[in-house]
Amino acid sequence: MEKRKEIFPFGIPGHNLSEIEREIPNDEPPAWPVNDQLKEVGKRVNRIDARAKVTGEAKYTSDMKLSGMLYAKFLRSNIPHGSITSIDTSEAEKVPGVHGIHIITKNKEDGMVGNEYPEIKYVGQPIAGVAAESLSIAKDAVAMIKIEYDPKSFVIDLEEAMLPDAPLVFKEPIQRQEDGGDVGVVHDGSKGQGNLRGPTTSSFYGGPRGDLEKGFAEADVMVENTYRTQVHTHMPLETHGVVIDWKPEEMLVYASTQNTAGVRNELANYFELPKSQVRVICDFMGGGFGAKHSAGSFGPMAAILSKKTKRPVWLMIDRKEEHLAEGNRPSSIQTLKIGAKRDGTLTAIQQKSHGTAGVALGAGVGRIAQILYDCPNFKTEQYDVLTHAGPGAAWRAPGNVQGAFGVEQAIDELAEKLKMDPLALRDKIDKSEVRKVERSRGAELFGWSNRKPAGSASGIIKKGMGVAQSCWPRFVTLNSSIEVRILNDGSVEVRGSVQDIGTGTKTILAQVVAEELGLKTTDITVRIGDTLFPDGPGSGGSVVTQSITPPARNAAYEAKMKLFNQIATKWETEASKLEAVDGFIIHKDDRSKKIPFKEALRGMRTSQISVTASRSNDYGGFQQPWGLAYGDLGSVQFAEVSVNTNTGFVKVDRVVAAHSCGRPLNMSQLESQVNGGVIQGISYALYENRVMDKGTGHFMNANVDQYKVPYSMEIPEIEVIIVEEYGALSSTDAYGIGEPANIATAVAIANAVYNAIGVRIYEIPITPASILKALNKIYE
Amino acid sequence: MKKLASGKSKKSISRRGFIRGAGLTTAGTVVLNSGVLAFEHKESYPKGDLIAEGAVEIKMKVNGLSRTLSVEPRTTLADALRDQLDMTGTKIVCDRGSCSACTVYLDGKPINSCMTMALDVGQQEVTTIEGISSGEKLHPVQEAFIEHDATQCGYCTPGMVMSCVHLLKHNSNPTLDDVKHATRGNLCRCGTYPHVFKATLSAAEKMK
Ligand code: FES
Ligand code: FES
Repeated sequence: MEKRKEIFPFGIPGHNLSEIEREIPNDEPPAWPVNDQLKEVGKRVNRIDARAKVTGEAKYTSDMKLSGMLYAKFLRSNIPHGSITSIDTSEAEKVPGVHGIHIITKNKEDGMVGNEYPEIKYVGQPIAGVAAESLSIAKDAVAMIKIEYDPKSFVIDLEEAMLPDAPLVFKEPIQRQEDGGDVGVVHDGSKGQGNLRGPTTSSFYGGPRGDLEKGFAEADVMVENTYRTQVHTHMPLETHGVVIDWKPEEMLVYASTQNTAGVRNELANYFELPKSQVRVICDFMGGGFGAKHSAGSFGPMAAILSKKTKRPVWLMIDRKEEHLAEGNRPSSIQTLKIGAKRDGTLTAIQQKSHGTAGVALGAGVGRIAQILYDCPNFKTEQYDVLTHAGPGAAWRAPGNVQGAFGVEQAIDELAEKLKMDPLALRDKIDKSEVRKVERSRGAELFGWSNRKPAGSASGIIKKGMGVAQSCWPRFVTLNSSIEVRILNDGSVEVRGSVQDIGTGTKTILAQVVAEELGLKTTDITVRIGDTLFPDGPGSGGSVVTQSITPPARNAAYEAKMKLFNQIATKWETEASKLEAVDGFIIHKDDRSKKIPFKEALRGMRTSQISVTASRSNDYGGFQQPWGLAYGDLGSVQFAEVSVNTNTGFVKVDRVVAAHSCGRPLNMSQLESQVNGGVIQGISYALYENRVMDKGTGHFMNANVDQYKVPYSMEIPEIEVIIVEEYGALSSTDAYGIGEPANIATAVAIANAVYNAIGVRIYEIPITPASILKALNKIYE
Repeated sequence: MKKLASGKSKKSISRRGFIRGAGLTTAGTVVLNSGVLAFEHKESYPKGDLIAEGAVEIKMKVNGLSRTLSVEPRTTLADALRDQLDMTGTKIVCDRGSCSACTVYLDGKPINSCMTMALDVGQQEVTTIEGISSGEKLHPVQEAFIEHDATQCGYCTPGMVMSCVHLLKHNSNPTLDDVKHATRGNLCRCGTYPHVFKATLSAAEKMK
């Protein structure tokens, strides 16, 4: 590929902004200046699909109604472990309005031990599905299916599952489950004994470093503690599900998914269909937070029922099923040992963790301990513990949220032992330039200097302040393409399979294309979330912005150059002499020569210019060739809490969240996402918890009323700082923010609670009971 | 039956009664050691006066129009709106009165349509999210939601809008606490609350 040189903005405005020269592919556009000098990008542009949302017109998968559509319902297991000895559907078949019943049988890969039904491994495991004329009829019929089980002993508790005589969840080695939400972490299910799998000792950042013993010997101070985090579920407002119409020539799938292309691939693979005959659409999507990357069991079930009945089938699971079976953040028990010199320099970090993702793998605690701070000697051992509970799934910054809860408390404890301010210690050991800026801007806005020594607050209600940091890798999905079409009435359409899960992907694509074409964001029609169009990334791991906005800009640029070529011929000049601004195409040397964008295309021979583009590697190269970019998505969050020492009640009063995401594309959408991450972090720190009954294996609060999350009354004042940071890495130089928004909050709150009451709480959720216990006001 | 539905009968139909046991985990015949869930499940309706068998036709006033729809005794208002009238702006999230995604007004008062039987609506006027704007012209709360980015995935948004519009109808000068109070039953997992608060306060300003 031909290359040329371009000068890009580089660094942090107001701090160290400079310029850098990069070689870039010839077909990619010139560098954009910093946001200040742009018109659509980086601004508070309204979400282009907000109108549909506020009027109720937006159609989600759950709202779909196709002609002749049947409604399907799953029958799920009532026991946590055992085998099915018989299933009798004869009564259910007789229910008027029932059109099809399908019982799940073993796949070849499951091995053909025992009977044809898969072994039951958790309460809520799908067993069969019924399709009927209404949902009520389907539910009636499901209730009439008779099942006989041969129950077996089971284990729910993580620590009990590690005992040598614990009931086994899997007797055979298991494979890592593919999950687009966490990119690149290796969970090896083939190693381990009993219910233990692992350990994972390395990541794409490498393996163990240095010599732990030597590192600890060099340390002047040491911190060693165990930190515990709970299982919590995603609880997106729209549950998982699909509407499938399996027609002879095409399987048409409406899916509530974070990955239309992924779901298409899965279904095509499962049913051995060509990808060209499976079309997946997701126009509006009611939240996923990591759990909605797959076709699950609902996809194949709806497809089979549609095939059997020759009618479209609606299969959205209900709230209880959502909690039981469609994902959760695994728990963790982490021990951390950190050594440091007097001046704060870290000498060694040792981490060991166990977590359970139920019947799935993926309970690691991420890469925070490995890379957040410079430390020459490092070792981690992360184990998965299998239990008879619903499978975990990627949950906003998988692993790193749990990991941060340990690491960032330990660093605070270290600061106290070193008699250093927690921010000063981080200034010393954190090499990230952007987090340095975030610390100082955040501290200023937050009023960090007003922080008092731990436990020094008087009165019944004690206030405390805490801080915590996070990092998240900049992953790029290189298989990301966008089509830009310019039609001869001047209208512009952007097409791709990439979906908008509520983060505002539609809007940023429109902004980027509008900026390139000199138009307004509202001039651009965005049609995404449809596998009819070029493949885009899944919405997970904060990959979308950096993966899909450069292709959008590249395609718009190429389409623009094609248009310029036509006009240049007419004007007898060169395409390079033209520019597109404010809805006009203008001759740069003779600005009186101009034509409205809308009219420019009138004389076209064909009625459209259409360009599909992808993106090159980062201009400065990658850390890892598969798409791990340099830098990280840093953040520093500050929290202020009030703790009532009589009732144990903790209230978060205020959060300041300082974040970076390269070139920010849409300020209000970024603030929305950070607000969301912070609120979910508050929920993780103080409220939500999956409560399992060890006697029955049932999930006791699998609903909305008893699964406590924050509502409006628990929302603190949240202030968001977005630090612009230019890296000159792609044609938009923009990154996502979804994951980092959620990482530091819970541990910042834990640090603030310590600052308030002077006693550290090592386990979340921090409930009134745990506060009172910590204060020796109640005993277990 | 039709008399009952269109008359102002206050005969209350317990929704829980109708749907009890229809859940999924009740389909087994296994007896667990603890006995907690040890029952053989059969779909059974509570004994009592027979109000209706199967579906009946009723009339309902929705957003100013009189609509005819066919509902079963167990059909909730939320189901009726979504399935029968194809008004899918009203969302069902918890289906048990704890998230307010299904908020509609009955005679101007916000209620959870998932906890209201369609047959109980009678003569009361139903207002849904589809009836909040007047034609192309959005309600100031809707406009403010757009301007302050008070939506993310948008699934909670119709319910939020219903709560906030109702607040401003009765309180033209709300404080932040008033807005929080008005939306205290609205679950938003994406965390739009801060922008919802801002939007509603700014809509109140604009409506002055
Ligand atoms: S769906 Fe009605 S309150 Fe939740
Ligand atoms: S915007 Fe997604 S739940 Fe509120």
